[in-house]
Amino acid sequence: MTIAGSGARQQPQQQPGHLRDQHGPYFGQFGGRFVPEALIRALDELDTCYRQAWADEAFRAELDRLHATYTGRPSILTEVPRFAEHAGGARILLKREDLNHTGSHKINNVLGQALLTKRMGKTRVIAETGAGQHGVATATAAALLDLECVVYMGEHDTERQALNVARMRLLGADVIPVKTGSRTLKDAINEALRDWVTNVDTTHYLMGTVAGPHPFPEMVRDFQKVIGEEARGQVLDLTGRLPDAVLACVGGGSNAIGIFHAFLDDPDVALISLEAGGDGFDTGRHASSITAGQTGVLHGAKSFLLQDEDGQTLESHSISAGLDYPGVGPEHAWLASTGRAAYRPVTDSAAMEAFRLLCRTEGIIPAIESAHALAGALETGRELGPDSLLLVNLSGRGDKDVDTAARWFGVLSDADLVQSAATAAATPVDEGEGAGW
Amino acid sequence: MTGSAVDQTGRTGARLEELRAAGRAALISFLPAGFPDLETSVAAARAAVEAGVDIVELGLPYSDPVMDGPVIQRAAQQALDGGTRTKQVLHAVEQVAAAGAPVVVMTYWNPVLRYGVDAFARDLASAGGAGLITPDLVPDEAGEWIAASDAHDLDRIFLVAPSSSPERLAMTARACRGFVYAASTMGVTGVRASVGDAAQRLVHDTRGAGAERVCVGLGVSNPEQAAEVGAYADGVIVGSAFVKALDDRGLDGVTQLAGDLAAGVARSRAAAATNSTAGTGKASE
Ligand SMILES: Cc1ncc(COP(=O)(O)O)c(C=O)c1O
Repeated sequence: MTIAGSGARQQPQQQPGHLRDQHGPYFGQFGGRFVPEALIRALDELDTCYRQAWADEAFRAELDRLHATYTGRPSILTEVPRFAEHAGGARILLKREDLNHTGSHKINNVLGQALLTKRMGKTRVIAETGAGQHGVATATAAALLDLECVVYMGEHDTERQALNVARMRLLGADVIPVKTGSRTLKDAINEALRDWVTNVDTTHYLMGTVAGPHPFPEMVRDFQKVIGEEARGQVLDLTGRLPDAVLACVGGGSNAIGIFHAFLDDPDVALISLEAGGDGFDTGRHASSITAGQTGVLHGAKSFLLQDEDGQTLESHSISAGLDYPGVGPEHAWLASTGRAAYRPVTDSAAMEAFRLLCRTEGIIPAIESAHALAGALETGRELGPDSLLLVNLSGRGDKDVDTAARWFGVLSDADLVQSAATAAATPVDEGEGAGW
Repeated sequence: MTGSAVDQTGRTGARLEELRAAGRAALISFLPAGFPDLETSVAAARAAVEAGVDIVELGLPYSDPVMDGPVIQRAAQQALDGGTRTKQVLHAVEQVAAAGAPVVVMTYWNPVLRYGVDAFARDLASAGGAGLITPDLVPDEAGEWIAASDAHDLDRIFLVAPSSSPERLAMTARACRGFVYAASTMGVTGVRASVGDAAQRLVHDTRGAGAERVCVGLGVSNPEQAAEVGAYADGVIVGSAFVKALDDRGLDGVTQLAGDLAAGVARSRAAAATNSTAGTGKASE
């Protein structure tokens, strides 16, 4: 089985052996710590605390207990044959991270870091959020573990994910709309970093993805790799073999690295990440930082990012708030540059088509982020044919997206639509879409 | 002291030494190039020099300035919205340098990386720039910049913070040429009511770790604070207050503020001399 990597970035030979053993601060030439000196002590402290905790059986047991009794792990594997009929007859298995408490994979990382926050003796957590799923998970853990919680969210995202803003506030978190820049995830991270520099003695920055300065990319990956470890065993139990391809959407890259990690050293398993293609790759309005970006530094790490000739960050565009980020985690940049994983853009409309298909054929409403992975599976299934076996990370559920989807497909009247008129930006490209529902 | 083998004075350091001999701290202004437009930003920096500023920091605006508070964020955004390009900033350096004070560029790392680290150093040097301040580049990540700044004879100014360990203070002091930038508080740029004790302690510790020259920035905005900080530091760095002055009152505002701050810095050592050996530029306990 060979699936082409991301074209020009692929180098002829693959790294032999233990791709799973990569540690920060660098993944190849990517990663590092490009942050103000003021944060170095906190990053060192976090790194030390995390390594001690990870080696401490009591810590691991506590995390496992929370996952078993609170998150709902292990998450199940669901085969989706009616959906797969549209994918060239490939066999498709979904890893159901949407069934986790709070509705996405984000909780896996959040509970780990919230326990570390306690261990460091800090009393306050801050977080950035795009879709609101990481913010909701953080607010949830803060309520559970009695931590003060502030969530930064781009103003544009507070409008298109208003339901999650309400959820965070119900859980006791303070949600601060960020009005600078593109008013999306990147600006929320800027604001969280400013808060952290100022309040670092009491505050842990609970970063929600595998981006940022060391140790975040490695640590968040380690908290998310449970997805792939479970899934690998489940697929083997169910089918007696490894999948031909594993697919996941990539924003910062945490759900993707989480499911990929267990398969990194299985050379016959293709790893395919789906980036947000927005209005279409050629329009320039997208969030495909690996397919279209260049090496640079953003938010503390060297990786691929969307930038202009002067190194100014470009605005990203996606119907999915969780993928609307011009950067990507450094381990993905490394996997792309070595050719071990492929990165492909999926347009808003292709993602929404896959969204509708999963709803209608399987009775599962996916997050729009995850719908990008589903669209990738439709395409990959058609490429690989009926004997192929695909594993897809269904990273989250679509409750938060019902309003956006309702507008896209035109299933409600204007009067029925609950969220702000600002979400009207997410209108169908094709009027016929609504009728098709 | 460290740096016995390498001369760490540089052009900004030479200016600081002159002023130390003259018995006062330096006044250092920060203004972003391109705010409110390129021409005015150049005129403002020159006006500041004419009114008593000793060293100029010219900001190369960046889209994601995580070390900056709202005043400088907005100015940088306006500069970018106005189409300010890296090449134009380098040209602005040349125009400001003609006013006679050493000019250092302050910027986040990605614009330099994108330009090409060595190419940036080369073009900054040929524009007459004295060096670069890098708020999100720590010496640990700066191999390429250290080589380029050596090759092109530029000052490299890294930051220290109240949270820096003694080992990191020593490592950073060794890596700098010109001066060490001491961030007065844990936080972002902006006008503050008081500068706080942490700054004086940090200057003291940074000297103890081997630094010859330490300048203090973050939160200094008025002549009283300038006098207070000038009593123990080699230089007083003022940013947000200059940006506000330019925004509210134009070039006259900049001239007025620079004059007032210069008077504050000038009286700092006189005040300090009454209770310590301020003339050496060492911090009092
Ligand atoms: C359901 C879901 N999937 C994916 C993502 C993208 O994040 P990551 O790439 O870190 O998995 C998000 C982020 O908000 C999300 O909510």
